[in-house]
Amino acid sequence: MGCVTPSIQNSNVPKRAMPLLEIDNLSVTFQTAGGLFTAVDRVSLHIEPGEIVSIVGESGSGKSVAMLALMGLLPWTAGVTADVLRFDSQDLTTITKPQLRKIIGSQMAMIFQEPMTSLNPCFTVGFQLTETLKIHLGMNRAEQKRRAIELLELVGIPEPEKRLSAYPHQLSGGMNQRVMIAIAISCNPRLLIADEPTTALDVTIQAQILDLLLKLQKEKGMSLVLITHDMGVVAETAERVFVQYAGQQVEQQSVKGLFVSPHHPYTQALLNSLPERSHSRILPSIAGIVPGQFDKPRGCLFSPRCHYVTDLCREKPPIAGPVEFGYALCHYPLAEGVPTNYPEEVRA
Amino acid sequence: MSEISIQEVVDNRPTGFRAVLSEFWSYFSENRGAVVGLIFFIGVVLIAVFADFIAPHAPNQQYREALLQPPFWQAGGDIKFPLGTDAIGRDMLSRLIHGSQYSLFIGCIVVSLSLAAGVILGLLAGFFRGRVDTFIMRIMDIVLAFPSLLLALVLVAVLGPSLINAMIAIAIVQQPHYVRLTRAAVMTEMTKDYVTAARVIGIRSLRLMFVTILPNCMAPLIVQAALSFSTAILDAAALGFLGMGAQPPTPEWGTMLAEAREFILRAWWVVTFPGVAILTTVLAINMMGDGLRDALDPKLKRS
Amino acid sequence: MFVYFLKKLIVVLPTFFGVTLVAFVFIRTLPGDPVMLMAGERGMSEERHVELMAEMGFDKPILVQYGVYLKQLAGGNFGTSIITKQPVLKEFTALFPATVELSLCAMLIAVFFGLPAGMIAATRRGSAFDHSVMTAALTGYSMPIFWWGLLLIIFFSGILGWTPVSGRVSLLYFFEPVTGFMLIDSLLSGQAGAFSSAVSHLILPAIVLGTIPLAVIARQTRSAMLEVLSEDYVRTARAKGLGPMRVIGLHALRNAMIPVITVIGLQVGVLFAGAILTETIFSWPGIGKWMVDSIFRRDYPAVQGGLLLIAAIVMIVNLVVDLLYGLINPQIRHTD
Repeated sequence: MGCVTPSIQNSNVPKRAMPLLEIDNLSVTFQTAGGLFTAVDRVSLHIEPGEIVSIVGESGSGKSVAMLALMGLLPWTAGVTADVLRFDSQDLTTITKPQLRKIIGSQMAMIFQEPMTSLNPCFTVGFQLTETLKIHLGMNRAEQKRRAIELLELVGIPEPEKRLSAYPHQLSGGMNQRVMIAIAISCNPRLLIADEPTTALDVTIQAQILDLLLKLQKEKGMSLVLITHDMGVVAETAERVFVQYAGQQVEQQSVKGLFVSPHHPYTQALLNSLPERSHSRILPSIAGIVPGQFDKPRGCLFSPRCHYVTDLCREKPPIAGPVEFGYALCHYPLAEGVPTNYPEEVRA
Repeated sequence: MSEISIQEVVDNRPTGFRAVLSEFWSYFSENRGAVVGLIFFIGVVLIAVFADFIAPHAPNQQYREALLQPPFWQAGGDIKFPLGTDAIGRDMLSRLIHGSQYSLFIGCIVVSLSLAAGVILGLLAGFFRGRVDTFIMRIMDIVLAFPSLLLALVLVAVLGPSLINAMIAIAIVQQPHYVRLTRAAVMTEMTKDYVTAARVIGIRSLRLMFVTILPNCMAPLIVQAALSFSTAILDAAALGFLGMGAQPPTPEWGTMLAEAREFILRAWWVVTFPGVAILTTVLAINMMGDGLRDALDPKLKRS
Repeated sequence: MFVYFLKKLIVVLPTFFGVTLVAFVFIRTLPGDPVMLMAGERGMSEERHVELMAEMGFDKPILVQYGVYLKQLAGGNFGTSIITKQPVLKEFTALFPATVELSLCAMLIAVFFGLPAGMIAATRRGSAFDHSVMTAALTGYSMPIFWWGLLLIIFFSGILGWTPVSGRVSLLYFFEPVTGFMLIDSLLSGQAGAFSSAVSHLILPAIVLGTIPLAVIARQTRSAMLEVLSEDYVRTARAKGLGPMRVIGLHALRNAMIPVITVIGLQVGVLFAGAILTETIFSWPGIGKWMVDSIFRRDYPAVQGGLLLIAAIVMIVNLVVDLLYGLINPQIRHTD
């Protein structure tokens, strides 16, 4: 991994010759009426086989867009650039579209936030489930049906044979998400990207779906990327966490390290807003909103909302810190909850 | 305990009618076709208003020495009659210029008639629901069951062929669209909190209907008005063409086409120009209507 | 599904009675009474007038007359033409195939060109192709088709001499109508050149009549497609690694067709309205021309019967379209 950019070498995971997924400096821009909008700004991500990583951030932080770019699912108006974009030693930056289509849906699959709208209302569950089997694996009808029933059983859908002829609107949100998972794992993918898979579901169903994802991940030995804005989900599931803010990666750490000692003020603020960790009567929240296209600050993108903001932060964009600070994108990365190199006059 | 400071956010964007207008214009002008349509339409309006000054000849003045004279750029043409003359020696250009008056007049009358009737019926249906609603909507269903032009044609046959009757017939045929639109808009507005609030403070039904609710239903009605303005012109021209609208020698474009039909293979200009006039006017209005819809339809409006 | 159909039917039936009422009232609102109308300019004696009024039941109360009228309709009696003395229904059914043939061909042209144009425009939103399709569609939508027909006659018949100006088939050919559809009958007749003659007679009117539906379908397909293409399930289909043909042609199109089908159904009324103009211009012996001629001949029973029959056909077609809509949209199919 002789990359110039900070690559992720996590101590928890034994180093291997070839990570499953390598992304270096991925940027996504959109040409809008108001000019060029950078939705994802130089994001890097390395994932080992069998690993669970989580990408955390508020809505609008570009976490989904980065993954959609990887899958080639963005509209043609999006400009995608990356130094390295490699899946299973295949270079995705130079790959042709038909070749990419052979990978996505089979080797690399994705499930989405809204199960009720993610399935086509005009086709039965069975049709949508067997489609990948037919296209990627070339199964015949009998094989398709047998495998489809097997998959539905695997994701915990009762009476799978009956469900094959059901339409999505006849199933609940949780059931539809299970179907989506069944479609995603139908070709035994090596990487599953779950984009906020539980956000739109009832609280009681959320845990079930997460458990199902974890169970399948373990059984199949696939890598799992979990996109979420829920720190609780992160704590329960992932091994490594990437924190994203306004299109930038602001921190990357092991889950344990992140919860004990966040290095970026944004991570700290996120953690502080967890009810379980709050000590005051009023739940702290992060004031303000993620900057949009027209109000991007000149310096650090988090500066308008940061507790520790200084003039330096407002003027100059920070660069990623060293590995012991989780590559925190901050002028004064936190150590043990306290900013380092913090100017004395401000502290006073 | 942490202190909560409330920061007052001052919204210093301009307000009032001018702001609404400028916001509307910014959306409208995004659609280039709409602006082109608007400019063309304003041009037609100016031509109609100043027809007497612009037109080189009186519309019904016959020049016996110049029957079916081609446009000036063709052999035998004369700059005195830039677009040629018709079968009884009337100047095509002057007739077309005066024809714009009729088309705009038809559009205005038909839209006002059908808009007024449709809005009132739609408001009643959407506001009172129940039997009133069923009754009104059934009648509208009946009107819509007939192909529009056929019903208009039959209505004119009953009323007697004339421009006024043609306009009345077209207005009758068009107003169900307004009724449906108004009713749908009223029904969505009725569920909103401001209507409940107005009811709570005891505003009378009539005032609630026309002052409180109606202004909030205007957007789709304005778009429909633009579109039915162009349909009215087209249908009136069609009736004129069939001999059931404006009667000769009125220089109405559809009627002019009907008179020109028999010369179709001998004098292309008498057939071509009135049609071009209808097409471009209707097209301009429709382009404008598309822009209006983009600018006014809150569903499509980007936040 | 059955309940869905019943619900639709329950809405349509009262409308149909309303339509019969309109047709009934139509002949009563004409200036003068029906007998005087039939007598026309000649006039008649007072006694004969009263006698005829009684004979035809016009002296009874208006509600009774309406009842009699409904009874006649139920028995398939749509009145008798004053001019030809033929039953209106018989005249109508004789001319109806010509209009159906013309309308079907117009609709085929409209769907065949409008659907792909709208689809491609949507998938290449903002491209030059998109802009030209949309400009052409708006122009077509704004087209005074009676003028458009004249223009095509000038060009193709006048200048190029490719197509005949009027009628359904050249007078050189004569054959008994079997199906009433000239394209099929000409083939069945086995006469050389008859089929191509029928086609050349049909092509211009069909283009003219198809212009507005074509424009409407292209616009509607594009907007429906644009909406569908931004849906989550299209993204899911792409995420499965499906090719563009399958994503757009199957997953997106199936959903986009739902509103498009409705619009195609609504075009049936537009086709009838257009047929009035098109058939008049091309002297096409269908019911559109027949209606116009009847109005001019003051053949009011014919107008009355034609009006009712056309409205009934439009309503039946719309009902069928509603059923189709239910068939292709599973969310409706399963609501009961």
